[in-house]
Amino acid sequence: MLGRILLVGRLAVRDLRRRRIEAALLLLAIMAATTTLTLALVLRDAASDPYQSTRAATHGPDVVAGVYQPAKLSGLEELAGAAGVIDHSGPYPVAPAKLQASGRTSDVQVVGRDAAPASVDQPELIQGSWVRDGGVVVEAAFANALHVRVGDPVTLDSRSFEVVGVAVTAAMPPYPGASCIVAIGCVNGAITDEVPPGLLHNPGLVWLTQADVRSLTTDSLSYVMNLKLADPAEAQAFVANHGEHGGATPMQPWENILEDATELARDSQILLLIGAWLLGLLAVAGLSVLVGGRMADQTRRVGLLKAVGGTPSLVAAVLLAEYVLVAIVAAAAGLAVGSLAAPLLAESSAGLIGSAGTPSMTMSTVGLVTAVALGVAVVATVVPAVRAARSSTVNALADSPRPPRRIGWLIAISARLPVPLLLALRVAARRPRRVVLGVVSIAITVSGIFVVLVLNAFLTTQPLAGGYADAQVEVLRQVLLVWIVILLSLAAVNAIVITWATVLDNRHSSALARALGATPRDVSTALAAAQVLPALVGAVVGVFPGGFALFAAINAITGGDSDRATLPSLWQLLAVVLATVLVVAALTAVPARLGGRRPVTETL
Amino acid sequence: MSNAADMPVLRARGLRKEYGKGEGLVRAVDGVDLDIGAGETVAVMGPSGCGKSTLLHLLGGLDRPSGGEVSLNGHRIDDIGEKALARLRRTAVGFVFQSFHLMEELTAVENVELSALLAGRSPRAARRRAEDLLEQVGLADRARFLPSALSGGQRQRVAVARALSNEPLVVFADEPTGNLDSAATMDVLQLFEGLHESGQTLVVVTHDARIAATADRMISMRDGALIDETRLTGGTTGQLGALIGLED
Repeated sequence: MLGRILLVGRLAVRDLRRRRIEAALLLLAIMAATTTLTLALVLRDAASDPYQSTRAATHGPDVVAGVYQPAKLSGLEELAGAAGVIDHSGPYPVAPAKLQASGRTSDVQVVGRDAAPASVDQPELIQGSWVRDGGVVVEAAFANALHVRVGDPVTLDSRSFEVVGVAVTAAMPPYPGASCIVAIGCVNGAITDEVPPGLLHNPGLVWLTQADVRSLTTDSLSYVMNLKLADPAEAQAFVANHGEHGGATPMQPWENILEDATELARDSQILLLIGAWLLGLLAVAGLSVLVGGRMADQTRRVGLLKAVGGTPSLVAAVLLAEYVLVAIVAAAAGLAVGSLAAPLLAESSAGLIGSAGTPSMTMSTVGLVTAVALGVAVVATVVPAVRAARSSTVNALADSPRPPRRIGWLIAISARLPVPLLLALRVAARRPRRVVLGVVSIAITVSGIFVVLVLNAFLTTQPLAGGYADAQVEVLRQVLLVWIVILLSLAAVNAIVITWATVLDNRHSSALARALGATPRDVSTALAAAQVLPALVGAVVGVFPGGFALFAAINAITGGDSDRATLPSLWQLLAVVLATVLVVAALTAVPARLGGRRPVTETL
Repeated sequence: MSNAADMPVLRARGLRKEYGKGEGLVRAVDGVDLDIGAGETVAVMGPSGCGKSTLLHLLGGLDRPSGGEVSLNGHRIDDIGEKALARLRRTAVGFVFQSFHLMEELTAVENVELSALLAGRSPRAARRRAEDLLEQVGLADRARFLPSALSGGQRQRVAVARALSNEPLVVFADEPTGNLDSAATMDVLQLFEGLHESGQTLVVVTHDARIAATADRMISMRDGALIDETRLTGGTTGQLGALIGLED
């Protein structure tokens, strides 16, 4: 048994070493999928970590309650004494205001706090000091968006203040997702019409002393109170049980704040997950061709193994072992790169403490990424491996190529075409499965490009519609960039691999065509055209229905509103199709040219 | 009455191999009856396409017959399963091919130990046996060389060593000198002569009458059938090269 394991391992490792470029391509293809999947999973696991860190550091409340009229403050007092509440802070006065800083004006909700630290929701200072008379503390994500720092002068409703601190809180989602705690109401997101008078639009959060807040206004003060429960897990139930306070005492459990605070990370994660599945499919398509091509190259090796006594299962094990080995390395590399890159994409907000992704490599992530890598390798390998293992030993030793398909009508049609097209159609007709894989590969890529175009246009024209600030738009742009770079790289690898497999498979027929009078240019053109024609079909299918279907799927999963999105214009879509065809033609030109110029006598 | 000592190590009765159907039917091997005794060297000759290699493949369990029987050491091998055939190939027979069929990524010694590892021997025992065999074929100093660094004759000697790895009942050689120059042919012939002297049963398919002259028996084929059988004088001894005209 030990000897056989040694043999299988040795043959796998030696063959990989002998074909380093192919092994590297295999590794890259699987790694693209595993890296993206790792990013997605790490972001999922990490999404709640910064909020939890912030909650711990600020003694975050389990429930935030508010009233919009001073007369109803008694409702808050009752809540503070309710069963299950072990601590509270507030009630604190809240006023709406307009803040001006660095020439920019923004609506804000101003919370009046005591100079002494509170036992519940004491915002954690990132810079500077806590509130004092004449000094304002700005919520960190809001400060980041406005580019204000400690020492900067700002005005609140035309009164001058100095920024004395920048802090984070867990009592409210970071800017621009802040919950509304002012009596006059707020409008969040993008709006096409003017903001109704009195309403705050995408308000930021700042803290002043209570005296300063009361000096801003006395008319429209509302109040908030932060409650700490004996059991934080009961927050939802607490809010439900004290529903009699209804609209008069709106309450928000910490879980809802968490959900709003981690929305960006979730959106990034969904994009990455979809990207990972797309890349997984691309990897399967590319690997199938690569493995199929390699198996053809390994026919004699299979025959030899069987001739010296290898059983079909041992032959299949040897062939699978190579790809399983690559998949394991690709999974490890994907996990490493993905977990290192995750923090770059997971800086969900300056409004939270801690870097998402740092602590979140879990066993389930490792297991899932490894399983996907192995799945991709096995799905792509199992058919050719089993086919090879079952092949006739004598035929394999003679290195007989798998007989190509004959599609009579295509051969008849091609007879009427110019020589390069005649050869191209016949080349394509020999291996229909490879043509389908080529079409699928291009269609997946173009669908991805379509979605990236739509999302990029959305982020450019109406970022606040998604509740995103500039920094968050930047993060999502980075996610899209990762998507598109990996997608295009893998598609390029696929195009080259498919062409090269076609070149190898058509060695004899190409040499024969040249022996019968076709020029090297005819053969090269035919080999390239055999890839370009499926690429054209794939590009068209990738736009419709591929791109539309993928975008609809993303909207369905994220709950997005497709009406707000701007779909690519017709000329953009035509440009994508044309560019795809040109890029595939350029990528396939070199291998096709090499294939068309092989010496005839050497092959025949 | 026959006893075990008289029993041929390899026996074929009514052996057939057909390809195609109806008018396109080709009989590559057509009703061959053959007995090969233990320690005997048999040369199979005939023109290209007469079915020599196909017969060798059928006798060695590389291919399945369309009809008839093949027995190795008294056991039928024409009707056994794929796994049993694989076991047979790694324990009871050894093959030497015209184009060597070495694993290009394995060194000489790793190629030789391949069959032993497949047969379940321990890596250490397999390696020891492989090194002994390479010494026997005169390639001890080339054990760590890849096939690409060996000459044609050396590669074929590695292939012979591999065929002997599991002490097979029969070694089948298909045109073993077909790709070799005269000097390398001499090396391989001497190797086969050594095997013959040591009592190894050998079946050699060849075009070359000089190689056939080294056998105990020469059988000729045409159109898939045995047409002639000549018993020689027990193979060659002594000045092999001079006998077969490779040396002056």
